[in-house]
Amino acid sequence: MQTINTDVLVIGGGATGVGVLRDLALRGIRAVLVEKGDLTHGTSGRYHGLLHSGGRYVVKDPQSATECAHENEVLRRIMPHCLEDTGGLFVVTPADDESYADRFVAGCRATSVPVNEISVREALRREPLLNPRISRVFEVRDGSADSFLAAHVNAEDAVRHGAQVCTYHVVKALMREGDRITGAVCENMRTGEDVHIHTSYIVNAAGAWAGKIAELAKVKVTVVPGKGTMVAMNHRVLNTVVNRCKMPADGDIIVPIRTVAVIGTTDVHVPDPDVFGIEAWEVERMLSEGEQLVPGISRARVLRAWAGVRPLYKDQDVADDRDIPRTYKLLDHETRDGVKGMISIVGGKWTTYRMMAQEAVDAVAQKLGVQAECRTHLEPLPNIGDWGQGKPVTSGQAVRPLTSTADLPPPAYFWMGEPLAHVEAADSYGNLICECELVTRDRVVQAITTGRASNIDDIRRDTRLGMGPCQGGFCTYRAVALWNEFKRGTLPAPSQAAASGGEPEPASHSVALLRHFLQERWKGLTAITWGDQLRQARLDEIIYLDTLGLDLLPAPTPTDQNAPEMVTAHPAIATEYHAM
Amino acid sequence: MATIPHDHIELSLENSLDHCIKCNICTAACPVSAVTDLFPGPKYVGPQAQRFRKPGQPTPDESVDYCSGCRVCNEVCPTGVRVMELNTRAKAAIVEQNGVPLRTWLLGYQYLFGKLACGPLAPLANVGARNPLLRMLVERTVKIARNAPLPTFSTYSFRSWFKKRPKQQAAPTKKKQVVYFHGCSTEYYEPRVGQAAVEVLERNGFEVILAKQGCCGLPLLSNGAFKPARSHHEYNVEQLLPYAQQGIPIVGTSTSCTLTLKEEAPELLGMHETAVRLVSENTYDIFEFLRMLHQRGELNTNFKPLNRTMPYHAPCQLRAHNLGRPALDILELVPGLQLNESNAACCGLAGSYGYKAEKYQIAMDVGAGLFEFVRASGSDTAVCDSEICRWQIAHGSGLTMRHPIEILRQAYGDE
Repeated sequence: MQTINTDVLVIGGGATGVGVLRDLALRGIRAVLVEKGDLTHGTSGRYHGLLHSGGRYVVKDPQSATECAHENEVLRRIMPHCLEDTGGLFVVTPADDESYADRFVAGCRATSVPVNEISVREALRREPLLNPRISRVFEVRDGSADSFLAAHVNAEDAVRHGAQVCTYHVVKALMREGDRITGAVCENMRTGEDVHIHTSYIVNAAGAWAGKIAELAKVKVTVVPGKGTMVAMNHRVLNTVVNRCKMPADGDIIVPIRTVAVIGTTDVHVPDPDVFGIEAWEVERMLSEGEQLVPGISRARVLRAWAGVRPLYKDQDVADDRDIPRTYKLLDHETRDGVKGMISIVGGKWTTYRMMAQEAVDAVAQKLGVQAECRTHLEPLPNIGDWGQGKPVTSGQAVRPLTSTADLPPPAYFWMGEPLAHVEAADSYGNLICECELVTRDRVVQAITTGRASNIDDIRRDTRLGMGPCQGGFCTYRAVALWNEFKRGTLPAPSQAAASGGEPEPASHSVALLRHFLQERWKGLTAITWGDQLRQARLDEIIYLDTLGLDLLPAPTPTDQNAPEMVTAHPAIATEYHAM
Repeated sequence: MATIPHDHIELSLENSLDHCIKCNICTAACPVSAVTDLFPGPKYVGPQAQRFRKPGQPTPDESVDYCSGCRVCNEVCPTGVRVMELNTRAKAAIVEQNGVPLRTWLLGYQYLFGKLACGPLAPLANVGARNPLLRMLVERTVKIARNAPLPTFSTYSFRSWFKKRPKQQAAPTKKKQVVYFHGCSTEYYEPRVGQAAVEVLERNGFEVILAKQGCCGLPLLSNGAFKPARSHHEYNVEQLLPYAQQGIPIVGTSTSCTLTLKEEAPELLGMHETAVRLVSENTYDIFEFLRMLHQRGELNTNFKPLNRTMPYHAPCQLRAHNLGRPALDILELVPGLQLNESNAACCGLAGSYGYKAEKYQIAMDVGAGLFEFVRASGSDTAVCDSEICRWQIAHGSGLTMRHPIEILRQAYGDE
């Protein structure tokens, strides 16, 4: 058993959790983050990537709109390398109620969301595939965000400031002395070992899982897991975020993010955030609604469908999950439930993660008697990728302390061609492991050797490996070979494996890695396998089943499945891989 | 998409990237990436890079410039990705961003040199064009390869020959008229090809009309200089449209010119007007036209035996017409004549590619197998439909090169 002593334990490795961790670290508070999967394993790694202007909520949820508009500007200054400045449009299609447009504009004014009406002709000049029958168009400051990279840079900066990140650590129980929570019993899922973390304070930032964590403290937090299914098109059908100008509903937005355009989303109440599937009607709905924005889009190649669960906090009864406010809520369990030592930060949007973190840490700092003020809006996040116009920033270089975001340098956003420009500049096209997403050998090796990865899916979250059109068809075996090459030293020696009666470890471990990642990719293909993507799936099948005979190779034993690095068979996350 | 009619054609081109299943067949077949590491291959620069390109942002890639435009990728792609077109449009984006380089102007307007040098002064010009010092100077300054095979200026132009010849009988009906599109090479360098074409057409009872015409613009087009290429195509469409409207076929001996009129210019430049389409639909490669005559039983097959065996190379620009091998189909009717096909992917020169100093050696390496094939044939003459390929094969192998129409002309014998 391992014991860790810290001041604050953050539960949850999504956008909010890493945001909280960084805020704590920048204020000099000792902190540890635990996450039962990889960073962004939950909702943060499964959303459409919208940097909200606030426009979506100006009528329905004004407070959320104002929060988004404020944070939009802050994030543009502190993490431009994680954002693309796509701009956003709200368009009135023939299917939409025309009277909403005026309410929309009034709402923008009331909530300080910058808006500007442009002509239909101008909108079609910018986005030629847009439905030419739209009647009004409003320009807003939407953008798109790489939520994987954003979480990594937050975590990295926190670690640089002394924080600790423990992925694949599941919280089994909370320690309690009287009415005070004093720590958590976690399991290191890689080793099966228990880790006792003693802490003065716990921040429950588990998102859709926050209710489950609260239960461990015997308090009730009603988080409604609102499943949203998204469909990614094979290429950037649009280069601007386009929203329907109407009350938020299914399939009313297309977000251009990195190499794809994502149509989102549905909103379906699910009982358990760990168990959900993608239904055929959801994919159909996305495509048919997408037709209103881009006629013909349903005939274009679909790359993948996936779903994430919104962490909607419900403190009163509403008829429809869509009516639950998108604002966040800080719950002080001491005043609310008489349980000391823990707060929960629930609800909210990716766009408001930093603000949520700030509010949570303000509360914790007050409890701990720490005077330091929040600096997460003033300190740019480091650039840990090997590309980026954004210059690496080392904190503390400023001659005078920054007092507002206006003091920060002008944003150097990610731009769509950047990965290609980088490969071209380095002449590294001969060294691509994932050709679709231009992931070089160096980046994969770096993720294997220095990152927190436990399997190829974690490498994907670090590098975008396998996220392109072929969905792992050509990169999976290459990545597994590198894994074998660079991790062999950490595997049990063959003699040990033989002693325990198993097959030689490396080979069957490779089979396990291959099967896991391919299964993971396949999961997102089953709902959309037609046309070009069906052809692709067939080729991938030929590679892995007909040529490599992956289904005929010795089945990985449970030992392999639970091989130290892979983790994916652990009950705490396994359901996700066996969902419908 | 459906709402805007012409978009359909547009989308079938750029959106064809969606058909890529990453299979690498194009990369395996690409003659350029087989000989150099400077070109990452058609999959990479084509459908793959296309997912990172966006109008209005700086062009992210330069390696696409090493695509020779030979279209072998299009030919082998099992799913119908328009790789060459994607590449050429990417080159056009680079040109739009950086301007048209001087070298592209020189290669694109080489016909102006033809205009100046063709005629009585040609011998002098030819000495100049072969002067090693001058060529080295040109290579140093504008990066045109000193050893690349420049064609020989003719002492007379094709049109002057046509004008001076005795007046031929007018055709009895419009059905027996054809417009001959000679292109720049026949006009200034190889009038003999045009002479052969005119005589073959006349042996089949056609009145040959010499419409006004300019350069097809392909050297500009393939180098991404879309703006001047467009004005070249507009000019030719304007000149040829009246004939196309009357249903008079436009027949050419240069496979690249005819491909440009038929397909390259309209598709790459997004010119989908009716006039452009009419000209496109009425344009034929000369052997495509002769094969149609033969299929209707109208070809004069009164051939004299030619007891010869020669190597034949089907140029990539001909293969892009998707016609099979019309020259072989017709020439096999000639008794005693045997043509052995090279089956080579490309001669390497690929339009203007091999003229560029940094690409000359690549072009020679691409063509090496083909040169070896024609040399090994033991024949002193080889046959190829495209002028540029003829110059390159002659340069690489030392053989005399002929257009298949010249061989067919021989088969008709003297009257």
